Amino acid sequence: MRKKVLILPIVMAFMALVLSGCEPLMVFDAKGPNARTLSTTILISIATMVIILLAVYIILAVVLVKYRASKLPADYEPPFEEGNRKLEFVWTAIPIVIVAFLSVVTIWSLEKVENPQTEDYANTEPLVIYASSSEWKWHFSYPEQNIETVNYVNIPTDRPIEFRLYSYGMMTSFWVPQLAGQKYAMSDMTTTIHLAADEAGEYFGRNSLFNGPGFEAQQFEVQAMEQAKFDEWTQDVKSTEPELTEQKFNELLNAAHVGRESFSSTHLSFSPAPASHHDMMNAESYNKSKADQTGNGKLNIHRHTDSH
Amino acid sequence: MSFDAIFAPLSEPMVFGTFIGIVVASLAVVIGLTYFKKWGWLYSEWLTTVDHKRIGVMYIFVAIIMLFRGGVDALLMRAQTAIPENGLLNSAHYNEIFTTHGLLMILFVAMPFVIGLMNVAVPLQIGARDVAFPRLNLLSFWLTVAGAILINVSFIFGGSPNAGWTGYFPLSGPEYNPGVGNNYYAWSIQISGFGTLMTGINFITTIMKMRAPGMTLMKMPMFTWSILITSLIITCAFPVITVTMAMMTLDRQFGTKFFAMSDGGMDMLYANLFWVWGHPEVYIVILPAFGIFSEVIATFSRKNLFGYGSMVAAMVVISTLAFLVWAHHFYTMGHGVLTNGVFSITTMLIAVPTGVKIFNWLLTMRHGKISFTTPMLYALGFIPIFTIGGVTGVMLAMASADYQYHNTLFLVAHFHYVLIPGTVFALFAGYHYWWPLIWGFRLNEKLGKAAFWVMAISFNVAFFPMFILGLDGYARRMYTYSAATGYGPLSMVSFIGALGLAVSFILVAYNIYYSFRYAKREGSDPWDARSLEWCVHTPAPNYNFAVIPTVTRLDEFWFAKKEGRDLQAGKIEDIHMPNNSQSAFWQGIAMTAWGFFFVWAEWIPAAIFLVITLAFMLYRSFQKDDGYHIHVAEIEETERRYDENGGLRGAK
Repeated sequence: MRKKVLILPIVMAFMALVLSGCEPLMVFDAKGPNARTLSTTILISIATMVIILLAVYIILAVVLVKYRASKLPADYEPPFEEGNRKLEFVWTAIPIVIVAFLSVVTIWSLEKVENPQTEDYANTEPLVIYASSSEWKWHFSYPEQNIETVNYVNIPTDRPIEFRLYSYGMMTSFWVPQLAGQKYAMSDMTTTIHLAADEAGEYFGRNSLFNGPGFEAQQFEVQAMEQAKFDEWTQDVKSTEPELTEQKFNELLNAAHVGRESFSSTHLSFSPAPASHHDMMNAESYNKSKADQTGNGKLNIHRHTDSH
Repeated sequence: MSFDAIFAPLSEPMVFGTFIGIVVASLAVVIGLTYFKKWGWLYSEWLTTVDHKRIGVMYIFVAIIMLFRGGVDALLMRAQTAIPENGLLNSAHYNEIFTTHGLLMILFVAMPFVIGLMNVAVPLQIGARDVAFPRLNLLSFWLTVAGAILINVSFIFGGSPNAGWTGYFPLSGPEYNPGVGNNYYAWSIQISGFGTLMTGINFITTIMKMRAPGMTLMKMPMFTWSILITSLIITCAFPVITVTMAMMTLDRQFGTKFFAMSDGGMDMLYANLFWVWGHPEVYIVILPAFGIFSEVIATFSRKNLFGYGSMVAAMVVISTLAFLVWAHHFYTMGHGVLTNGVFSITTMLIAVPTGVKIFNWLLTMRHGKISFTTPMLYALGFIPIFTIGGVTGVMLAMASADYQYHNTLFLVAHFHYVLIPGTVFALFAGYHYWWPLIWGFRLNEKLGKAAFWVMAISFNVAFFPMFILGLDGYARRMYTYSAATGYGPLSMVSFIGALGLAVSFILVAYNIYYSFRYAKREGSDPWDARSLEWCVHTPAPNYNFAVIPTVTRLDEFWFAKKEGRDLQAGKIEDIHMPNNSQSAFWQGIAMTAWGFFFVWAEWIPAAIFLVITLAFMLYRSFQKDDGYHIHVAEIEETERRYDENGGLRGAK
């Protein structure tokens, strides 16, 4: 009877694999060095945890089989057992060792994914893209190319990308599972997330932090393409798309949802990003950043909109 | 406040239907009470009682009602997401439902259930006749009810909170949430939080000052230990949420900018403050669960608890670490490697004392004589399922990996794997285990076991798929998803599991009816248990112990039984008892009204009810109420009647 509970998770895991059609889960289907580091970290932790689960399950199964009342003589009286120093030491020490091991793995992987010199592409100059959210949209500004897109972002492959994140309004979380993890975008501080794509392709990205009625639809697409194609695309945007005026940008901010859009200039000149964490710790630069931002478009807030 | 605004939610057919249902049910209760002339009985025996056992029963009653409300929320959520692009709920409605689901389950199911069980069991376990402050205890209960009423009326009057149970700013701030929904959130937590804080102080005092002679700290039953530590955490953590909710109210209703996006406000501050309370809160609902399992496993293995000292030490370590891990709820806020690294390590360290406890329980069972009663089944189901919750907790603790799990169904699966087999299983274990103390008979075992099996299996069916969906990029709190994502089949499996969980809770409820009708009365100590609460007559008399027992060791009752000693032998004396309190009940009502009008910014009635509340407190400050005595003759008569009915103390 007890075994049912024990084998249940295994059966479920198997079922899940069958149901998901054996396609790798998004988090494990990494297409860049940082996502791969995270996926490796997760697999290491799963492997470690399976050992612990097995230890507990085996002891539980043995105890339940051997010491059930129905298997024991009627006059059996369990002994008094105070405890066992040696055993207690063992099961304190082993978990400490495991925690120490996983701590090392954590720091190792944190160092890797937080490093501006993204692994494998350490000698390449990163491309800086500002990603800002407003209501249920994402704005991507390319200061180097001086172009801006809405709800999609194209990046060159084999080059580290530094996304600088902030928000016009609600706190959101920028997440591209196949290329990196996630980071919050907030209204009063810029955060940074690093990633690089090894392969050309289209990757799913979204805001993962609940932020009101239109939350579900706040997705974007990351298109990774070879550098030459990327350059071609930026040239194309520069020559064919309109400039992003302050008025147009405010219109965008005030819309609940919009489709994909492209512009041949960015909003950074008239509505700069907030201070970074480092600058926030310094009163002078913090105040300056706050003063710069007062010019930001005032949001028209969509309170009771049902999305779609 | 206009009537249009108050009744706006009723334009929604589903809300209107529920509203009619509530009105009809309330009418039925009122008519029933009037017909059977039970109003006086209800008022004097229950609503104004200061008897810790009855207060405990009322807490548990409220918790079970709220469990059904929160459970319906859960079913609606799973039904909505069972198939892609489902139209059962719209996004606004879905957002309200997951917000109230979280809030209700934590604050108005887990908390009152835990507090109910500690009310029932702790004074009896330490050989006391009541808690240290019986009247305050009743007031705590009514404040919990006040909070529960506020959160439950919100969906009819003005709209429910909709910013998640965490209520993060700026989403819950006045710019994005101008309605009353999140005012209800603040006031519901605030008022019930006062009650919980007072409960914490009450139980620290009770346990520190009212133990039976000879019961030193290290001879206390493990459940009492867990409640002492829980009460300490409550007393340290709840002031933080009190201040945070006050700041939220000031921001929302008085235009301050603590958490605003402008004028120097900081939305991140709210997330920090919330989790400085919120993480210890998790341990407030899990440590009592550990205490319950310790009692149940020892009793049904017929063996003393293995490694008592390390069990206590483990809880002390957990309670300390509980305050050092709050930032792991937002690793993704942009901290550096150092901050995230430190919080990862403190978080993972919690696995060490928790592991110690798991192995101690396993070793308690080794060499034991295990009987599979309903409470024991819950304890045995807890170990394998909770361990999955525990190890996924360690995985989430690794800050880098959390960049992928954060805000996904993986996280949702993890905390349900901790809270359901941990807290919910423990609450049901304790509820079945201590039931005879109050009612004098056991709940039906067949139904109890059936409910357990349906619950344990359905739980895994409902929540295991979420681990996989989370790793496949499914963000939590989405009201729908497109078919192309491929989340459909597993979401359907999860919905089926949720239906199974609903069936199991209905079985638990049906068992109450069935057992009241058919169960036979039994004598004391039906489980052949170990700790002091079982040496009283069952159902326990209002004075608990005719003679306060003297304790020389842990599990005194067990050894007394073996040696044939009667722990309550001795000379019976007059017993001093506290009087019932009408003002605690009415103060609770006044504070509900105060909260309600404050939510609606109706200052004149709010001020009136605040004055009434203060008047009750003033009245109490100068009240001379010395209680009353139960005289020897009456006690002897009561005891004799128990003995005649076969309720022999400790005889089994």
